[in-house]
Amino acid sequence: MTLGTNLKRFLIVILAGLALTACASQGKKGAKLAGDVYTGSETVEYLATGVKDRVFFATNKSTLTTASRDTLRKQAAWMRKKSKLKFTIEGHADERGTREYNLALGERRANAVKDYLMTYGISGSRLNVISYGKERPVNSGSNPLAWSQNRRSVTVKAE
Amino acid sequence: MKKILLFIFYLFVFNNSAKALVEVDITRGNLDPLPIAVSPLYVESGSIDIKQGDKVIKNVGEKISEVIEVNFKRSGLFNPLKKDSFVQKPDIAHVKPRFEDWRLIKAQALVTGKVKVSEDKLRVEFRLWDVVAAKEMVALAFSTTPNNWRRVAHIISDKVYQRLTGEEGYFDTRIIYVAESGPKTQRYKKLAIMDQDGANIKYLTLGNELVLTPRFSPKNQLVTYLSYFRNLPRVYLLDIETGVQEVVGDFPGMTFAPRFSPDGKKIIMSFAKDGNSDIYTMDLQNRVVEKITDHTSIDTSPSYSPDGKYICFNSDRSGLQQIYVMRADGSNVKRITFGKGLYGTPVWSPRGDLIAFTKVHKGRFYIGVMRPDGSGERLLTENFYQEAPSWSPNGRVLIFYRETKSDSEGKGFSAKLWSIDLTGYNERLIKTETDGSDPSWSSLLSK
Repeated sequence: MTLGTNLKRFLIVILAGLALTACASQGKKGAKLAGDVYTGSETVEYLATGVKDRVFFATNKSTLTTASRDTLRKQAAWMRKKSKLKFTIEGHADERGTREYNLALGERRANAVKDYLMTYGISGSRLNVISYGKERPVNSGSNPLAWSQNRRSVTVKAE
Repeated sequence: MKKILLFIFYLFVFNNSAKALVEVDITRGNLDPLPIAVSPLYVESGSIDIKQGDKVIKNVGEKISEVIEVNFKRSGLFNPLKKDSFVQKPDIAHVKPRFEDWRLIKAQALVTGKVKVSEDKLRVEFRLWDVVAAKEMVALAFSTTPNNWRRVAHIISDKVYQRLTGEEGYFDTRIIYVAESGPKTQRYKKLAIMDQDGANIKYLTLGNELVLTPRFSPKNQLVTYLSYFRNLPRVYLLDIETGVQEVVGDFPGMTFAPRFSPDGKKIIMSFAKDGNSDIYTMDLQNRVVEKITDHTSIDTSPSYSPDGKYICFNSDRSGLQQIYVMRADGSNVKRITFGKGLYGTPVWSPRGDLIAFTKVHKGRFYIGVMRPDGSGERLLTENFYQEAPSWSPNGRVLIFYRETKSDSEGKGFSAKLWSIDLTGYNERLIKTETDGSDPSWSSLLSK
């Protein structure tokens, strides 16, 4: 066997290994989790073309990921164009926590979103916050994927 | 609930606890429930049937004894013997029991009584007998309105429990909870109240808005809870008798996790604003609001000690949910939980000796108790999901709720009320018409 063939075989093995680990970190087919923050598009709706209505969080956390900040910058840009509209920012938690703490956590998440939108020039008077704790899951399942989709903050046009 | 006319007068009370051969130890797991015979109460001639709504209660003497038996059975401490083995008739047994007859069926204690029912009055007399020592232990008589016949059974149960265990009972109480139905993504929730044995369920709200975490005031006339009325989550007060609801205070943001102070004069709760939740109190008389915690962390689930001097609460100021104790004015905050996992829903026992809590560790939920300094942590039960224990007024039983796993369509989901004794024994499902969550136990109604 030549050195070239060995190298090819070696590279194939390495690439196959990388592909497998990439699949493993994404979990089941169709599921998308980075760490334990949902990165997929199931349950996501759009305020306008290209403007996602929600961001997702890790367990017990209210920090915004890079992807979340990207979504929120797009929301802010669209909100600046629609200067007459007001919004409600909902904060939610998954079912794997105590009810009262989850109400507070939802409020913290919604405010993290509100604060970020305000740094992009949206007036706080246009942004109302409400926490639903774990009361309004979007996915009724009891599994990590469902829980990751439920740990969210959704921006809704106010009536 | 109509105010009851309750005239209790003692015929004889024997306080021979030192010499009693019959007694029940409720501090240990009771694998050997005390065999007790509950004779149907004798109905005196001239009594009428009780009209209750559209139902007619015949045989109230027998019905009362059945309610007592269920109370005893569910406590796990007593074993009510089957009536078909009773030899003596109710009227004679109440006057002069033949203890040999009762010993034959292995009874150690005997409850007998008589009732007289007229249009507006139910008069009852009962006796507790020590079959082993062949002595009368308690004799009591009282009156009430006929509609309160179930409370008669609960009061008798409490008196018997008290005499045999040395502790106050918990049968003459009610439970307030959230009755739930509908799909998991859009649960329909109403406030519900029922007797602790599941009877007399009444719904207090219509279900048009989310309601959560109801708690009784110490005198049981008021309830505080969280409502999403008009999509503004706030703490409310509800008068059980009049049905009148009012929002507590005028807060510019979500208030939640409410409880009453032990004297019933204040509401303690969390107020969330700008991503921060702190604990506040409001005096119900003068409406003065006081801020109790002042920290950038989430501070919630406050619960007073029974003497009103301390508050235990849930905070994530150290990073994750832990339990803290502070003085009622907010000073001297001390963390008391240091074990592995998260701790939440702390609730101080009416006896003052323990704090019950929910613990989450490695994906499992536990109900446990610990001393107010955090020592002596004891986990009573483990489950996929359960939380929010509430104490019986004698500090011996905990009620809480559990939810089951569901698939992505929500199938398999249910929420149910459960109870467990402080000993860790006698874990019991509490039957409710609908699913249920967030249960809270009243204090004794007759206090």
